Amino acid sequence: MSTAGDAVVRCVAAIAAAIEADRDWLTELDSAIGDADHGGNMARGWAAAAAAVGELDEPTPETVIKQTGRTLMAEVGGAAGPLYGGSLLFASAELADGLTTETAVAFAETYLEKLTDRGGARLGDATMVDAVTPAVHALRAAIEVDGATPVAALAAAVTAARRGMAATVGLRASKGRASYLGWRSVGHQDPGATSTVIICETILEVLADELDEPVPSVPAVTVHDPDA
Amino acid sequence: MIGIVIVSHSATAARGVAEIAAERAPDVPIATAGGDGHGGIGTVPDEIAAAIASADAGDGVVILTDLGSAVMNAEVAVELGEATAVIADAPLVEGAVAAAVTATDPGADLARVREEAERAGG
Repeated sequence: MSTAGDAVVRCVAAIAAAIEADRDWLTELDSAIGDADHGGNMARGWAAAAAAVGELDEPTPETVIKQTGRTLMAEVGGAAGPLYGGSLLFASAELADGLTTETAVAFAETYLEKLTDRGGARLGDATMVDAVTPAVHALRAAIEVDGATPVAALAAAVTAARRGMAATVGLRASKGRASYLGWRSVGHQDPGATSTVIICETILEVLADELDEPVPSVPAVTVHDPDA
Repeated sequence: MIGIVIVSHSATAARGVAEIAAERAPDVPIATAGGDGHGGIGTVPDEIAAAIASADAGDGVVILTDLGSAVMNAEVAVELGEATAVIADAPLVEGAVAAAVTATDPGADLARVREEAERAGG
């Protein structure tokens, strides 16, 4: 029988594959407003993380996420390294007692807290925070208020993350390199919010597969393009 | 004595800044961290953490950084490590020289070294 730790190892490998598949798209988004390295950096970092967690003896959810964070910090250049890697590393402590719906919510909330502390971005700055914040709120509401199943709760989080990602198109970036463009950053989808959505979608797929449930259909979000 | 850590996206730049500061304050422990670990431009938290540990003589460390993600990676390194370390919001070269010279004062504490580095920004 596969353990929760093995499932998280599979999840990291699946994320690496998904990021690799969308690598050119992420780079394209980043080239419009940044330095065109998000796709390559993320693909390299997650591939290294997948390799590193594959070597762990008796992986647990905590050790897998901790190793993933450490590897991303070392391998992903630019701000994505400390933002993704640092947040995962510190949030991994919430999984010390295993992976349950309660610890998953605590993990997600600590991840968001670390992310916003580190980057200083707030909602509406057109960053990954715009995707992560509604996703974390939706996850918590689904589990704590609606009593949803894990798969349904994660599907709600993916829906919220996609909505937040789409919202970055119409926003003026005020953090990171995109902020140098001022109003010209409006009309571009944030690469970090986009990679966040890819990761959330992959976690949903792996979880559904692990639990032998169908992947719920998550509504697509229409991107509002003010230049269209 | 307070230690100094220089963090730059370039290992060469970090060593160069340390060289300038050390010329003014040869007895102050100065360590550097720079580069992405693969010969490219970037910074790595674990390397910054190692630099903090090597510059710490027990009284704490003031860190000077260059751009953007170097600051974030330095923050992660501080949280990961055991040593007391603070990041100065100061220009890299001027701040490093001011910090190193201030650290030669036997009465200088962490707050004062950071303050002098930040004052070097004008």
